[in-house]
Amino acid sequence: MKRRNGFLSTVYAGLIFLFLYLPVAVIVVFSFNSGRTTTNFESFSFYWYVRLFTTNFEAQAALRNTLILALSTAVITVLLGTLAAVGIDRLRRKFTERIALSANNIPLMSPEIVMGISMMMLFIFGGALFNQQFVLGFGTVLLAHITMCLPYVILSVLPKLRQTDPHLAEAAQDLGCSQVMAFFRVTLPSITTGIASAFLITFTLSLDNFVISRFTAGPFTTLPLHIFGQIRMLVRPDMYALTTLIFVMMFLLLLGSNLLQARAAKRQNKHT
Amino acid sequence: MEKDIIIDLRNINIALGGQPILQDLSLYIRNKEFITLLGPSGCGKTTTLRIIAGFLQPDEGQVIFDGSDCAGVPPHKRQVNTIFQRYALFPHLNVYKNVAFGLKLAKLSKKELHDRVTEMLALVNLTGFEKRTISSLSGGQQQRVAIARALAVRPRVLLLDEPLGALDLKLRKDMQVELKNIQQQLGVTFVYVTHDQEEALSMSDTIVVMDEGVIQQIGTPKDIYDEPKNAFVADFIGESNIIDGIMLADLKVKFAGMTFTCVDKGFAKNEKVDVVIRPEDVDIVPAARGVLPGTITSATFKGVHYEYIVDVQGFKWMIQSTDAYAVDDVIGIMIDPQEMHVMKKSKYSDLIGDYSSFSDEFDELSNPEEDDDE
Amino acid sequence: MNKRKLPIGAALLNAPFTLWIAIFVLAPLVLVAYFAFTGNDGRFSLEWFEYIFHPARRETYLRMFGDSLLYGATATAISLLLAFPLAHFMAQSKPSVQRVLMLLIMVPMWMNFLIATIAWQSILEYNSGLINNLLAAIGLPRLRMINTPGAAILGMVYNFVPFMILPIYTVMARLNVQLVEAAQDLGASRWQVLRRVIVPLSMPGVMSGIVMVFVPSVSVFFINDRLGGVRLIGDVINQRVLNETNLGAAFSLILMLMILVCMLVLNRMGDREKGAFVT
Repeated sequence: MKRRNGFLSTVYAGLIFLFLYLPVAVIVVFSFNSGRTTTNFESFSFYWYVRLFTTNFEAQAALRNTLILALSTAVITVLLGTLAAVGIDRLRRKFTERIALSANNIPLMSPEIVMGISMMMLFIFGGALFNQQFVLGFGTVLLAHITMCLPYVILSVLPKLRQTDPHLAEAAQDLGCSQVMAFFRVTLPSITTGIASAFLITFTLSLDNFVISRFTAGPFTTLPLHIFGQIRMLVRPDMYALTTLIFVMMFLLLLGSNLLQARAAKRQNKHT
Repeated sequence: MEKDIIIDLRNINIALGGQPILQDLSLYIRNKEFITLLGPSGCGKTTTLRIIAGFLQPDEGQVIFDGSDCAGVPPHKRQVNTIFQRYALFPHLNVYKNVAFGLKLAKLSKKELHDRVTEMLALVNLTGFEKRTISSLSGGQQQRVAIARALAVRPRVLLLDEPLGALDLKLRKDMQVELKNIQQQLGVTFVYVTHDQEEALSMSDTIVVMDEGVIQQIGTPKDIYDEPKNAFVADFIGESNIIDGIMLADLKVKFAGMTFTCVDKGFAKNEKVDVVIRPEDVDIVPAARGVLPGTITSATFKGVHYEYIVDVQGFKWMIQSTDAYAVDDVIGIMIDPQEMHVMKKSKYSDLIGDYSSFSDEFDELSNPEEDDDE
Repeated sequence: MNKRKLPIGAALLNAPFTLWIAIFVLAPLVLVAYFAFTGNDGRFSLEWFEYIFHPARRETYLRMFGDSLLYGATATAISLLLAFPLAHFMAQSKPSVQRVLMLLIMVPMWMNFLIATIAWQSILEYNSGLINNLLAAIGLPRLRMINTPGAAILGMVYNFVPFMILPIYTVMARLNVQLVEAAQDLGASRWQVLRRVIVPLSMPGVMSGIVMVFVPSVSVFFINDRLGGVRLIGDVINQRVLNETNLGAAFSLILMLMILVCMLVLNRMGDREKGAFVT
C-alpha cells in the first residue's frame, strides 16, 4: 500500500507499543531489584539471577523439563506435520482436501482449556482401559503439545508446498531421481523456510504453554507450571528474572532467524 | 527409413478426470528428427509429451522406445529428457549445480562431470555463469540453463514443452535459431510442443497438427502449409480463405458462382468440398480484368505488404498485396489454378467462416499463453 | 511427482495425520460429552446439569455464563478497535520497518500470560501499584484500578490483541497498491478509500482475528480473576475439573456450546456483510 503514515498515526502506533511493552519493562526492571517485592525498587542487583542459578533447584529442573519437552514437541510435530502437509498437498480432490483442512482447524478453533481437559479425559479414560491409575506425565503432555502444535506446522508448510512448482520434482525425476529421491533433493529444499518457521513456532508454543500442560502433565513440572505454583502465594522477582532470561533467549532466536532470512533474500537479489 | 524409428506410439488412449484427452493416437518419431506437435491449447500435445516422458501412463496403447515397450518404466529410467514450460530449474542450486544434477545421479567421475558441465554451458553460451543463482538470471538465460541441464545427461530424445512461451518476441526468434542449431549439432531427436504455427513451420522437419486429442495431419512444413488436409489445418496454419465449393469433375471446381480449373482430382462427381486459397496467392487486378469482382472493406498496412479484407459476393476474403488500394475501391481478383487447394469436407468446415469478424486483437487474445491440457 | 496417479501414496501419507486427529482431537471431544452425561455410578445421567441449573445456583451460573460472553465480546471489540488502525499503520510502513514491527508485536507474545498478568497487577494495584505510587509521589489521589471490570478487560486485551493485529496486518500487507490507486483515480477521498476498499478487503483478516480473540477471551481464567476480581466460566472449569471431572466436563460442554452458537451467529453476520458489499 502507499506509504503515508501521518504524525497522528505514528503517535497512535507508539502508544500501542507502549501498552504492549509496559509489563515487559516492569518485568525486566524489577528482575534487577535487590528487594523482595515487585512494586518497590530498592537498588540494582543480580541477586535473583544468582539465586536462580545457585539455589533455586526447582526452577532449574522446571526449565530443563520445559526445554526437553519443547524440543521433543518441535522435532516430532515438524516431522508429522510435514508428512501430513505433503499428503494434503497430494489430495487432488477438493472435497477430501477441505475435510482435511477443516479437521486441521478444530484444534485452532477450540479453547485451550477445552483441549486440555478433553485430552486429560482421553488419557484418564485410556489409562482406565489398561487399569493404569496414574498415566499423566511427560508422555501425555508431549502428546498433548504435539496435538496443539500440529495445525501450525501444516499451516506453515502447506503454503510453501503449494508455491513449489510441481514440475521441479518432475524435472528431478526426468534427470534420474526416483520419486522418493526427488522429494528429498528438490521438494524438501524448497520448503525448508516453511519447515524452519514451523519448528520455531512449535518450539515457542510448547515452551510457553500453561493451560494444556496444567491438565495433561500430572507430576511433570514445566516452567509455566512452576511459575503458576510460585505466584499463587507471594510474587518474588526470581520469576521475573527467569522470564527476562527466556525473553532474551527468544529474542535472539527470533532475531537470528530474521537475519538469516534477510540474508537469504539479499543473496537471491544480489545479481539482479 | 522404417528401421530408424526411435519412438513409436501405438493406439494411445488416455482420459484424465473423465475427459478423453487422446483418442487412438498413433505416431512414430524418427531418430534425429525435429518433430513438432502443434495445436491449440487442450489439444493433447502436452499430454502426449508427458506420456513419452513417463509422467503419465496411457489407459490403452503402447509406447515403444527404440524397439522395446516402456510400459511401467519410470521417468528416471528413460533415455528421454524434458524442457519444462517454465524451465523448472532448482532454485536452491546455482547454475553449475543445476546442470550437474543429472550427471551426479549418473555417478560420473568428478573430472568427467566438470568437463561435461563446462561443455554444456559453452554450448548454450553461458560460460562464466557457473556460480550465479537461478533467480539472478533473465528468462532467456534460464531457458539456456534448462537446455544445458537436459542435454548434459545425453538423452536420445529431448522433449520441449512450449520452451519459448515465456520469452518476448525478439528473444524467441533468436532462441528458435539457436535451438535448431543445437539440435543439428548434437543430432538429438527433438520433440517440440507449441501452439505457435510460425515457430513450428520455421524449425521442424515434421509437423504433427493436433486438435481435440486427434492427429489432424502429419507432414513436412511445406506439405502442411501447401496441402492442408482439412479446414482445421488450413485455418490453424497461416491465414486461409476457405470457400464452399462443388467438385464438378476432375480438375474442375465451382465456387463463388464460377467454374475454375484446378489441379486436384479424385473426388466424386458433384462432391461438396472446401476450397483453400492463401491470402498471398490471390492477385488484385483492375475490376474489368478480374475473374471475380470485389469491394475492399478494410485495409491494414503490415510493413512488407497490405492486408485487405475484400467483400466478394458477400463472402469476406483476406488478400495480401504489395499494391496500395483504398477502402471502397472496387477491384477484380485472379487466382492461378495451382494456388487453389481442394479439401474434403470435415467436421470443421462449418465452424470456420470468412473474415467478416476478423481483427488482429481478437486473434491475439484467443491465442492462449499456456497449454492447460494437462 | 505425479500427483494424479498416486491415490495409494496420498492415502498412506495422510493416514498418520487422520489417525492423529481422530484419536487426539475428535475422541477427546466425544469423551467430554460422555463424561458430562455420566453419573458417579458410571451410568447415563443428567445430574451434572441438574446441579448447575438447580434453582439455588441457577441464577449465579446463568449470570456467570452471560458475563463470560459479555467480557469476551467487549475484549474482542476493543481489540479490533485497537488493532485495525495499527495493522493499517504497519502495512503502510516501509518493508524494513514492517519486519521490525512484526518482531516487536511477537516478542511480548512469548511472555507467559501468568507473568504478564502479575506484572499488570503490580502496575495497577491500589496501595502499592506502580501507577498509584507515581500519583502519590506527585501528590495526586490514588485511583481505584485493580479489581474493576476495566482491569479484567485490559488484561484480556493485552494478552490477545496480537492475535487480532497479525491476521489483519497479513491481509492488508498483501493488498494490491493499485486497488487503492484505482479508487483514488476514480475520485475516492482517503476516507472513502478506507471505507469502500480497504475495510471490505480486510474482512477476511478481521473475521479470523475476531475468532482468534473471542475464543480465548470467552474461555479465559486467572487473568480476569487476578486483575478484575471477576470469576468467569473458565475459572470454574479450571478449579472443578481436576477433582470433579464429570462436573467440569458438563461446564466445558456448556462453554463449547456457547462458542459454537457465537461462531454460527458470526458466520451468518459475515455472510450478510459480504452480501452488503456486493450491492
